[in-house]
Amino acid sequence: MTALLEVEGLSKRFTGRRSFADMLARRPAPVVRALEDVSLDIRRGETLGIVGESGCGKSTLARCLVHLHNADAGTIRLDGLPMEGMDSAAREKFSRRVQMVFQDPYGSLNPRMTVGQTLAEVLAVHRIVPPAQIAARVDELLDLVHLPRDAAARYPYEFSGGQRQRIGIARALAMQPDVIIADEPVSALDVSVQAQVVNLFLELQSRLGLTLVFITHDLRLVRHLTHRVAVMYLGRIVELGPTEQLFDAPRHPYTQALLRAVPQLTPGRRSDEAAVMGELPSPLNPPTGCAFHPRCPLAQARCSVERPEMREVGWPVACHFA
Amino acid sequence: MTRRIPLLLGLLIVGFLALCAVVPQWLAPYDPLVFDFMALQAPPSPAHLFGTDQFGRDVLSRTISAAGIDLMIAFCGVVFPLLIGAAIGLITGWYGGWIDAVFGRLMDLVATFPFLVLVITFVAVLGPGLVNMFIALACVGWVSYARLMRGEVLVQKSADYVAAARVLGYSPARIVLRHILPNAVRPVLAFAVTDMALVILLGSSLGYLGMGAQPPMPEWGVLIADGKNFMTTAPWISLAPGVMIVLAGLGFSLAGDGLSDLLDVKR
Repeated sequence: MTALLEVEGLSKRFTGRRSFADMLARRPAPVVRALEDVSLDIRRGETLGIVGESGCGKSTLARCLVHLHNADAGTIRLDGLPMEGMDSAAREKFSRRVQMVFQDPYGSLNPRMTVGQTLAEVLAVHRIVPPAQIAARVDELLDLVHLPRDAAARYPYEFSGGQRQRIGIARALAMQPDVIIADEPVSALDVSVQAQVVNLFLELQSRLGLTLVFITHDLRLVRHLTHRVAVMYLGRIVELGPTEQLFDAPRHPYTQALLRAVPQLTPGRRSDEAAVMGELPSPLNPPTGCAFHPRCPLAQARCSVERPEMREVGWPVACHFA
Repeated sequence: MTRRIPLLLGLLIVGFLALCAVVPQWLAPYDPLVFDFMALQAPPSPAHLFGTDQFGRDVLSRTISAAGIDLMIAFCGVVFPLLIGAAIGLITGWYGGWIDAVFGRLMDLVATFPFLVLVITFVAVLGPGLVNMFIALACVGWVSYARLMRGEVLVQKSADYVAAARVLGYSPARIVLRHILPNAVRPVLAFAVTDMALVILLGSSLGYLGMGAQPPMPEWGVLIADGKNFMTTAPWISLAPGVMIVLAGLGFSLAGDGLSDLLDVKR
C-alpha cells in the first residue's frame, strides 16, 4: 500500500493571552504545544485510528489535516505533493479530496438550511454535478447514508444525533473525497446509535474505497474499525502499529496502560488497580525528556533527560525500553 | 400558549397602529385639518371623544392621522441604524484584528454619551427636520446593532458548521452571508422591534422640542407641543397623542420581547 497522505514533522502551538501578572513577572505568554513533531503516513484505502486522552492533540491533528489550523512547522503531502506553497486552485483541489466529519452532530450542521440545501450547496459550489442533476445526486447521497429521501426537505433540528451525523457524513461524501477525517464522530452519540454509525463508516469504506482517519478515545471502536492505530500522548505519537498486533502486544508503556484501562464487563477480569498513575501533565508545561516519564512504571533516570526517538520494534515506538 | 399572550397583544397594538397609518380616513371621525370655530377647545364629549384643539380640530382624528408619520419614523429610525450596524458588526466580528479594535473604540466613544443628548447634538448641528433626525439616529443608533451583531457573529464563527463550510472550501463571502448572517441576524431583528418603541419616544420627543417633524405635519410629539400652552385650560389636547405614544411604546416592546422569546425556543 502506498501513502496517500503523509504528515512529516508537524508542530502546532497555541499562544495564550499574556496576562498582566505575566508581564510584571516578565514571563512570556503561555504556550500550549498541541502537536510536537508528528509524523505519520496514511495509506490508500486503510482506516487509521488515532487514540489518546483528552488534550493529547488528536483534534488539533485532525484540524491541521483539513487546514482549519495552519501548522507552525512540518509538511502535509497528498499523493507526494506538499501543501505548502500551493496556490489557491491547488488548495481547493486538496480541500475537495480531504473532508472531515465533526464530533458534535448538533453544531456541525447549519440550523437554518434544510438537509437538501446543505448537500446541494456542496454540489453546486464545486460544480460536482451539472445543476440539472443536483436533486438526483442529493437523493443518492441520502441513500448512501441510509436516510429517507424526504429528509432533504427537513431541517437539522428534526433529526436525532445519529441521523445528523449521517447528514454530516453525506455532506463530506458529496465532495467525493479520497480521505475522510472523522474527529470523534460517535462520542456524542448513544451507544446503540454509535454502532450504526460505525458500521456505516465500514460499509462506505468498502463500497467507495475511502481512506479513513478515525480519531477517538474509545479503544474498542479502534479495534473494531481500524487497520492501524497511532497512540498520541501530549502532542506526540508514541506508538504506531497494526491494530491487531498492537492490541495483543502493546510496546509502549502508555499504550499498555491505556489498554489496561479499558473497562471490562467480565467480573473475573475486573481490576481495581489504577491503569495509569497520576494526572495528565499540563500541556502548558510538559515534562522534560520522555513526556510520559512522571507516570511511567518503567521510568529510569534517563527518561527524564533524554527524549526517546521513534524506533522500530516491530513497528515504530518512542520508548527507551520498549 | 399563555407564553404567547404578550406577543399577541403587542402584535395586536402594532396592527391597530398600522391600520391607523394606512387608512386613517376609515377610523378618524373628522377631517384632521378642518377648523371648527363653533367648537374651539371643546372638552371631550360624544361628538369629540378626545375634545378639540384651539382651532376646533378634532384631537382624535389628528392623533390617528399622525400614526402614519410616527410609524414611518419608527421604521426609518430603526432600519438605517440596523443596516449600518449589522454590516459593521458582521465585518468586525468576522475579521477581528485592527478593524475590530478601531470600531470597538469608536463604539465605546459613542456609547459614552447619553443617547438622546448625542442625537439632539447631531440634529442641532444638521438643522431640524425629519431627514436630519434620521441621519442623527443612524449616526448614533448603529452602535447597539453593531455590538449585538458582533457578539452573535463571534458565537456563530466558532460553531462547527462554519468550520465545516471552511473544510468544504467555501469562499469567505459565502460563509459570512449564507451561513453566519442568517443565524446571527434573528436576535438583532428582535431587538429592532423593541428599538422601534424607543425610536417612537425619541421621535416624538424631538418633535415636541421642534427638532424633528415640523409643525404642520401631524406627529404625536408635535401635537403634544400644540397643547402645551393650554395645559391648564384644555389638557385633553395633549392627552390623546400622549396615550398613543404610550400605546405604541407598549405595543412594540411587547412584540419585541415576545419575538425574542419565540426565537429562543428553537435555538
